[in-house]
Amino acid sequence: MKMGTELGKYKACVSARSTNKEILKRSQDGGIVTQLFAYALEEGIIDGAIVAGPGDEPYRPRPFIATTVDELMSARGTRYNISPNVSWIKEATRSYGLDKVGIVGTPCQMQAVRKGQLYPFGWRDVDDKIALAIGIFCMENFPYQSIKQLVEDHAGVSMQSVKKMDIGKGKFWVYTERGATVQLPLKVTHKYEQPGCHVCLDYVANLADVSTGSVGSPDGWSTVFVRTKNGDDIWGKAIAAGCFETKPIDQVKPGLELVSKLANEKINKNQKTVEGRATFGVDKALRNPYIKP
Amino acid sequence: MATADVEKKAEITKKEEKPVAEKITVGHVHMSGCTGCLVSLADNYDGLLTILDKYADLVYGLTLADVRHIPKMDVALVEGSVCIQDKISVEEIRETREKAAVVVAVGGCACYGNITRFSRGGQPNQPQHESFLPVGDLIKVDVYIPGCAPCPQLIRNVCVMAYLLLKGNQEQQELAKKYLTPLMQLADRGTEACGCDLMIDVVNQGLCMGCGSCAAACPVRAITHEYGKPNVNREMCIKCGACYAQCPRSFFNFDVITEFEGISELINGALQ
Repeated sequence: MKMGTELGKYKACVSARSTNKEILKRSQDGGIVTQLFAYALEEGIIDGAIVAGPGDEPYRPRPFIATTVDELMSARGTRYNISPNVSWIKEATRSYGLDKVGIVGTPCQMQAVRKGQLYPFGWRDVDDKIALAIGIFCMENFPYQSIKQLVEDHAGVSMQSVKKMDIGKGKFWVYTERGATVQLPLKVTHKYEQPGCHVCLDYVANLADVSTGSVGSPDGWSTVFVRTKNGDDIWGKAIAAGCFETKPIDQVKPGLELVSKLANEKINKNQKTVEGRATFGVDKALRNPYIKP
Repeated sequence: MATADVEKKAEITKKEEKPVAEKITVGHVHMSGCTGCLVSLADNYDGLLTILDKYADLVYGLTLADVRHIPKMDVALVEGSVCIQDKISVEEIRETREKAAVVVAVGGCACYGNITRFSRGGQPNQPQHESFLPVGDLIKVDVYIPGCAPCPQLIRNVCVMAYLLLKGNQEQQELAKKYLTPLMQLADRGTEACGCDLMIDVVNQGLCMGCGSCAAACPVRAITHEYGKPNVNREMCIKCGACYAQCPRSFFNFDVITEFEGISELINGALQ
């Protein structure tokens, strides 16, 4: 079953980047997530945000609750492996006492958040406290050990010396602090992907309030979908406050067409995986969560 | 003077009328549980009062309604597992099935046994009461609300949806049916739950993507994430079923969840 169109419902789509130079120094692309949370924090729209911050090992993310802009800044950039941000969603309202929670996550994590709002089995008093859910475009994710293997074995770079990782233009890029750049064809990375990603039917975080990612926009900019009433309200205020420079999406290259193409590629490939699971064994199927628990 | 005031008050109370005629009838059937599920229902505060004002008449409930025998009702909310050594409990759960059009197992004990799974009897003053079964092992259950305790908001949502299913217009009935479907499927799935379900039915099935929903749902903090996958402390797990039900890869019904904005508004609107 598909979720309507490949780009989901949205009220507006633009290409954007933060107007804050400090954010852009270490942001993955246009610094949208950090900037929007920073604005929401300062304006009291959120009391804190669940983000993927630095963990125990280099580039191993640890979900944490940022309640200051400084803390948000430590979480800038993409780490390309799993950060169970949703695991903090109840703690944020309990141990941290937040009434208005921000959360950033992959499309599947946005699905988890919305399921939890409509079916809160164990998420007591959470449903009305999610004040801003920002989704990030995602083709697939990797376990930490996969990223380590790609960076250390394939790219030959020690994890400590990595300045930035990026997936774009059909390649996996590793940039070192010393200025070296190593690129791997995406073909190499596929076998290391997290298996659970292969049944995911959402590329651009259709269920977020605002979703964003590099695809579709020029380098240093991000494509932004404004989806819900709530997202529209906050995005509009942030624009009015001068947080972002924006360009109409139909005036940038490569534009929405590429987003659509990649979204369809992901959805079609994974739809086949979902269907293939039905005949995986001999008269034995693997489970399909889209049919029943 | 004082007597007159009291009489006046009594008169005012008598004059209160039911604001809505077409309510559904709901009962709370208490088996072997801790009353936490009932407290969870009550924790909807104003929301509960609105539900009782507009949508549901409470026709049975040990602590809340002065009714001794299980009456005919639209929806029975059953809390707790059934002690099969306790004759009255067994009789009452059988009677519940006969009298209620829809039986909802509310909470981990009713659905899966939960903490009562660990009972081996020996407790005063009925030490022989040692065997506790999930309701579904004795009668057909229609809807499951797992969790310990299940969240007030989920019980509320199910109450509103049950009302729409029985009294709503066609569009509302369809929505209610769609909303309740996975909870009915959970009831069909069986009466055993454990943190192990995350391994068996999610990770082993190649479906886990490490979102963290399960850990956030666990009432006893038995779940942590190591390198993005759930790690269940099975000594701590009480078998309430919240983690698996909460997992977006146990069920994910696009036709309902993608409409989260509208459905949330509808539920909030219904409770105004």
